[in-house]
Amino acid sequence: MIKSRSSLIFAWALLAPAILYILVIVAWPLFETFRLSFTDASLRKVTNYVGWKNYDKIFNETFLTVILRTFAWTFFSVALKMIIGTFGAVLLNAAVPGRHIFRILTMPPWIVPMAIGIFMWGWMYNGQFGMISGLLQRFGIVDGPVAFLAWGNTAFWATIVTDVWIGVPMVTIYFLAAIQSIPKDLYEAAWTDGASRWTRFRRITLPLMAPAIITMSMLSLIATFNSFDIIWILTQGGPSGSTTTMIIDTYQTAIGSKKYGEGAARAVVICIFLSLFCLAYFRVTRRLSATEKA
Amino acid sequence: MARKNTDTRAMIDRYRWWEVMAIYAGIFVFLFFLLSPFIEGFLVSLKPLSQLFSSPYRFWPENGSFKAYSTMWDSVPAFGWYIFNSFLISTVATIIVLLLVVPAAYAFARFEYAGMALVLGGFLAVSMFSGAVLLIPLFRLMRTLGLLNTYFAMIVPGVAFLIPSAIWLLRTYMMRIPVELNEAAYMDGASQFYTFRRVILPIAMPGIVVVAITTFIGAYAQQFIFALTFNSKTEYMPLPVGLFAYFGKQDVIWNELMAASFVGIAPALIIIFFLQRYLVGGLTAGAVKQ
Repeated sequence: MIKSRSSLIFAWALLAPAILYILVIVAWPLFETFRLSFTDASLRKVTNYVGWKNYDKIFNETFLTVILRTFAWTFFSVALKMIIGTFGAVLLNAAVPGRHIFRILTMPPWIVPMAIGIFMWGWMYNGQFGMISGLLQRFGIVDGPVAFLAWGNTAFWATIVTDVWIGVPMVTIYFLAAIQSIPKDLYEAAWTDGASRWTRFRRITLPLMAPAIITMSMLSLIATFNSFDIIWILTQGGPSGSTTTMIIDTYQTAIGSKKYGEGAARAVVICIFLSLFCLAYFRVTRRLSATEKA
Repeated sequence: MARKNTDTRAMIDRYRWWEVMAIYAGIFVFLFFLLSPFIEGFLVSLKPLSQLFSSPYRFWPENGSFKAYSTMWDSVPAFGWYIFNSFLISTVATIIVLLLVVPAAYAFARFEYAGMALVLGGFLAVSMFSGAVLLIPLFRLMRTLGLLNTYFAMIVPGVAFLIPSAIWLLRTYMMRIPVELNEAAYMDGASQFYTFRRVILPIAMPGIVVVAITTFIGAYAQQFIFALTFNSKTEYMPLPVGLFAYFGKQDVIWNELMAASFVGIAPALIIIFFLQRYLVGGLTAGAVKQ
């Protein structure tokens, strides 16, 4: 766009503070994590380099199960966020009275401190006294109390639902903005040609908000993969490991058991996956902007 | 011409009665999902403990009262400080993020030099690692810098993880500002810095406000893991960690915990209520203008 010697220096001067900050607070600790993954670091004073031993140790069937579980957990959570977000954005875009109030009412799960929302879900999932179990019994859908966080299967889904609940508002507002940026002329032209509301949604809204959906699902994928607070507060990875994702597994090893070296090795595996996601994200966004220009 | 346009638009937006019913039904289901924990939480805050721990489940409180809202201050006397700390930490974090991100986002939006795409990738990629992965080295770093058990132990690492989404949002916004403005300023002999300061910044202000709000929300919402690990002083604790004080030695005082949660989130909710016009408006206005 703009090219000259002075603007080259200016551009990098603008970037310098942020780059420096990230180098110290993220890049250096990241490097440290890699270094520690080849050591037997623990609470003991002496730390030795042990080569690939930590990696040999962690690659077993349990760890592969954790990886698969993390992917399943992330996939379902992101998919639900995108579906519910699209649903919500289309509804909130409808020109009905009260829509401004509805938009405000969408936001609380997003803006409230995560821990508070999670506490509330923890109470709702309570089998003896919680609302969900209570109402299910009241309407005769289940016979006895359902302790959602006490069984592996239900705990898996319960943590997903809470993660979706926290993620949906931002996705919805972002999608709403995407829908509203679609030129109105398109709808008018389609309407004049007699296209039904469904056809207009299917042929105009959905294709034109597709870039937003793809971008958001990639960003959401990374955030969800990193999700820690929800599972930690609700189940701490239990019962019997059924909600142990890679992040939880790493935290348990590193902070819980104080096996810093092994924890770091697990963290490195997470970093590798995240790097792959980021690469995929850049490829996709580059392709999107290329098609936009064409 | 303009009137004819609005007429068509009005007719497009005219719904049949069953369509209106379907929209409202959909919105009700959608909002019920998002708000039910708050509804239940509020009802819990009104119920006496004895009723909370009794079967069968009752949705509505019997003999409900706001008693928990006054007793919560006695159970955890430092609670007012937790709210103050949360606000202080979030505000300082937001200011630091803006100071770092506004220039960086402008650079990414306007200039295309070798290596910048890589740096942008680095920002987005590196900062996408959650704090949990970097906790051990960060702990050592905070200790070396002498920041453990201070406000900055919670602010400094938090800022790093707020940077990527802020850069991304603001860069997207600034890319929509026409390059012709830069060219015109250049023709008039304005320096790069003057153009940034006097031409771009004022136009980008709605976007900056949106980024400030979302960053503040993020900072306010995410004070958990760093506060839990890097600070052990009660007087510096932010709200989410402070709430654990209601997890007593025997039982959780659920009604007071919920009451305290509502008192703690009320200020944030009020701010959002007044600023939401900027939030939705800013995002959408930026998108429509192009």
